[in-house]
Amino acid sequence: MRNKIKKIAIIDYGMGNLFSVQHACQHNGLTAFLSSEKEQILNSDAIILPGVGAFGDAMTNLIKLDLIGPITDFIQMNKPLMGICLGMQLLFTESEEFGIHKGLNVLPGYIQKFQQPKLQEKKIKIPQIGWNKIIRPKNREWQNTPFSEIQDEEYMYFIHSLYAVPENNNSILSLTDYDGISYCSSILEKNIFAVQFHPEKSAKDGIQIIKNFAQTYNLS
Amino acid sequence: MGCIRIIPRIDIKGPNLVKGVHLEGLRVLGKPEEFARYYYENGADELIYMDVVASLYDRNSLHDIISRTAKEIFIPLTVGGGIRSTTDIKSVLRAGADKVSINTAAVKNPQLIKDAVKMFGSSTIIVSIEAIKQADGTYLAFMDNGREHTGLEVVKWAKKIEELGVGEIMITSVDNEGTGCGYDIELIKMITDEVSLSVVANGGPGQLKDIKEVVLKGNVNAVSIASMLHYNYLNLNKSIIESESEGNKEFLKSGNSFSKIQSATILEIKNYMTEYNINCRI
Repeated sequence: MRNKIKKIAIIDYGMGNLFSVQHACQHNGLTAFLSSEKEQILNSDAIILPGVGAFGDAMTNLIKLDLIGPITDFIQMNKPLMGICLGMQLLFTESEEFGIHKGLNVLPGYIQKFQQPKLQEKKIKIPQIGWNKIIRPKNREWQNTPFSEIQDEEYMYFIHSLYAVPENNNSILSLTDYDGISYCSSILEKNIFAVQFHPEKSAKDGIQIIKNFAQTYNLS
Repeated sequence: MGCIRIIPRIDIKGPNLVKGVHLEGLRVLGKPEEFARYYYENGADELIYMDVVASLYDRNSLHDIISRTAKEIFIPLTVGGGIRSTTDIKSVLRAGADKVSINTAAVKNPQLIKDAVKMFGSSTIIVSIEAIKQADGTYLAFMDNGREHTGLEVVKWAKKIEELGVGEIMITSVDNEGTGCGYDIELIKMITDEVSLSVVANGGPGQLKDIKEVVLKGNVNAVSIASMLHYNYLNLNKSIIESESEGNKEFLKSGNSFSKIQSATILEIKNYMTEYNINCRI
């Protein structure tokens, strides 16, 4: 009896380095394709919501392409979703990037800008561009999660000016420190896994996370 | 301060990696993808591909190199050289690049940069300043691989670039590039003192200490390195020289040493920086 090949839909809403994400999936032997078609999305076994750019523009595109329904319905079906960078931020309630914008509101919380610390003389550079450590919170285990083979304080590649502040602390899978600001760098809440960094740009450990995501949810 | 990024820079002419001095006098050193793969597997934090000929013809060859690289190398790739329009940016990004570096087109038409930032995101757009020191000690920005005047004083230009909303600036000392004399710290510091953008230093390191100096004194976030790394790779792979079929091979075969340029691996560089308490991803 042959197992059905699992399909991962990478949501194409015109923003983000979709091909990098696709290459990273394919490198792991996963079947991943780009899609903005409602039926294709609902029928896949998992979806990846990537994103590079501004929150407001992203929501505008998702609305224009009529993708909000398929994404939220997909999540309701309890099938796995992986959000990357802006894709993670869109899952929350709202963002303060260039004005207040409503998000998908799948996870309660808001998106906030990196603030310049008042007491420090030197300004912090915004956006954060580069490698930074993901830290396991003390109340959280990484076994049986997409971080299962990742070492605590492993480096991942970040490029962002805002970060998520989840209402539910228990959904935080990793924290990261940027010039004294500790923030949520990934979340795991049932079938929703989302990372602020770019696993498809985080070398071998990043690729491993995508592989682990697939294994955690039986996609390979 | 976050991790300093070590970024190998691979200059490309047609299908070959080349290396110049003062941004000209190119010599062929081998295949870009091979160098890229080696650096990726040995600790590179990002990669830069610069198309140093950047003519309107034969962009296909560059796009092919980008695509091949993007399929297997999972760190950020910046591509620069001859990017003139948002269409150029789009096609380079679709080929697999993550960021683009723009110089000449930014000087000629700053609105292009504004549009590009809006279309592709600030973190996707880097503006590159190629500086040449003048007789009176000021630094002026140049275009077209260090060949054409812009008349722009570098600090004023850097501040304007910051207003355009880009994610990063790359600063190249044309005078020091390829010489192994070190980065031009005076040039870099005058800019980093005035802008709060992320900065990549480019042009000139010959010794490990040059890299340490530009980080500690120049306040940069990343360093772009070519000769020191390429010569190390070549020393490891003398057989590559035998298999080449194009370009200036006598130079490679002569085994000329570059007395000012110490060959080094990325790991050696990072270990050295760590000794000076500079954060690196190891």
